Amino acid sequence: MSTAPTTPSAPVADEAALRKALSATPRPPRASAASAALTFGWRGMLKVKHVPEQLLDVTITPVMFVLMFTYLFGGAIAGSTGEYLDYILPGILVMSVLFTTVYSGVALNTDLTKGVVDRFRSLPIWRPAPLLGSVLGDSVRYLVAGTVIIVLGVVLGYRPDAGVPGVLAALALVIVFAFGLSWVFTTLGLLLRSPNAVMNAGFMGIFPVTFLSNVFVEPETLPSALEAFVNVNPISILADASRGLMAGNAEGGDIAIALATAAALTAVFAPLTTRLYRRG
Amino acid sequence: MATDSPLAIEATGLVKSFGDTRAVDGVDLAVRRGSVYGVLGPNGAGKTTTIRMLATLIRPDAGSARVLGHDIEREADEVRGLVTLTGQLASVDEDLTGRENLILLGRLLGLKRTVAKTRADELLEAFGVADAAGKLVKHYSGGMRRRLDIAASIVVTPELMFLDEPTTGLDPRSRNQVWDIVRALVAEGTTILLCTQYLEEADQLAEGIAVIDHGKVIAEGTPAQLKASVGSGALHVRLLEPEQRPEAARVLEKLLDEVHLEPDPAALSVSCSDADRAAEAIAEVTRAGVHVAGFSLGQPSLDEVFLALTGHPAEEDANVTEEELAA
Repeated sequence: MSTAPTTPSAPVADEAALRKALSATPRPPRASAASAALTFGWRGMLKVKHVPEQLLDVTITPVMFVLMFTYLFGGAIAGSTGEYLDYILPGILVMSVLFTTVYSGVALNTDLTKGVVDRFRSLPIWRPAPLLGSVLGDSVRYLVAGTVIIVLGVVLGYRPDAGVPGVLAALALVIVFAFGLSWVFTTLGLLLRSPNAVMNAGFMGIFPVTFLSNVFVEPETLPSALEAFVNVNPISILADASRGLMAGNAEGGDIAIALATAAALTAVFAPLTTRLYRRG
Repeated sequence: MATDSPLAIEATGLVKSFGDTRAVDGVDLAVRRGSVYGVLGPNGAGKTTTIRMLATLIRPDAGSARVLGHDIEREADEVRGLVTLTGQLASVDEDLTGRENLILLGRLLGLKRTVAKTRADELLEAFGVADAAGKLVKHYSGGMRRRLDIAASIVVTPELMFLDEPTTGLDPRSRNQVWDIVRALVAEGTTILLCTQYLEEADQLAEGIAVIDHGKVIAEGTPAQLKASVGSGALHVRLLEPEQRPEAARVLEKLLDEVHLEPDPAALSVSCSDADRAAEAIAEVTRAGVHVAGFSLGQPSLDEVFLALTGHPAEEDANVTEEELAA
């Protein structure tokens, strides 16, 4: 080995700037829990800003579903495409947004493979902030997915009786539910080894649970055992509540159950996710 | 606050196992405030795991440590408020720009939005990353990424900084830039725990060094003590004509030390750390009529250190285990 007689290093920048930057920056009071979580939400937004293509999966899939189900199955299932659109549009809204929640787990798992998580975990911040922030950021994706579906529905002739307020209420309810559900997938994201495994396991769970609901068909047409399950499936209840809100005849009970389910999922899985994240 | 101890890090008997592997097997460390302390060892020796315990990212299975006077388990949050970590994988977000990374950390550390922005620009300028401030970090060169990483660690001045292999994979110029930054940080009073695979790096920067192998500290001291115990370095000489080697060996042996004949019949080496004496010796060899093709003065490599201390070379193949297990 030859001695590289310490090559006179090119100055990084001018000495003065370096010295000034290094001179002690006084430590400010710690960031509040809310501020830390919102900062992580901002981080999620920035990623969307830099790679807007990642919104394609939350926009194209729903569009395909709406077109496919309305025109392919509408006549067979409901007698006419127009009638089926009234039934299925709120259902597809529910399905597409819930499918998007799987990506919260995938994104978290991807994060874990990078060194930046070590830095976040060594910061003096409210422990759940990184997780809450990213789930909040994901809610914006849910909003995008939901909006695309509603706009497409209106273009295809869907005219909800409850008008804009009803649609907004349904959209809000679905997003709140998705917020609760995404904690299930962040937990999964911390338990499984690779982003792909999270994606596969996530869809293996969400796919049957969504299809075994009243999103696509009236439960009365099903065998009785299946009908019993479909009727208690929270996704059916969420779909009923959304249809009700959009049509202006929502039942308070459905809305309450949907909200309670979201709260219960958050209460169980948010602390679990935080615990797993801390353990690293 | 318990800030009166002269020690920034006091660790006793730290142990961490992953499955059957004892990644860290009873490490003691004492690091003086305001100094750079080097932890030297090959991949898989337990350096990263030790740092992760001290930075409160993982809990030790046994042993205890105080960082800046705070217990790493019972007062983990206090420790987090005073230290900063620059990990082996760059601890910055590749999907954001350099400027966004620094603003993000400033905000998380409690700076107001405008202050965080000003601070980010100041650091980007000082660390020579201003031109790439708006580029995504994944498009940065290794050296730029490292500098941004260190900048991210000092958005708010830390009292103690963990630097895990800051120059691994960097070209010599980038490496020297990182070294300059480390020296400047220490001059401002920051304590640094530096993990490295390079004796030269520890020698350049550290006041004390612990050599670690298989999760244990196998030697400790100042760089000078360590090099003295290892044999300080070697003068390697290559001759134009192999048949002149005995004559060269005679001269070098007289002036320096016992000569080692290399497998290459035109090459020989001799233990020597002092550049002036090496230069004199080479001049003497030339005066004796021997034609020298080339020579170099080298510090002992990590392998030579390990060979001297443990009798076995540094095991590179252990590298997978620790990183995967620590992940």
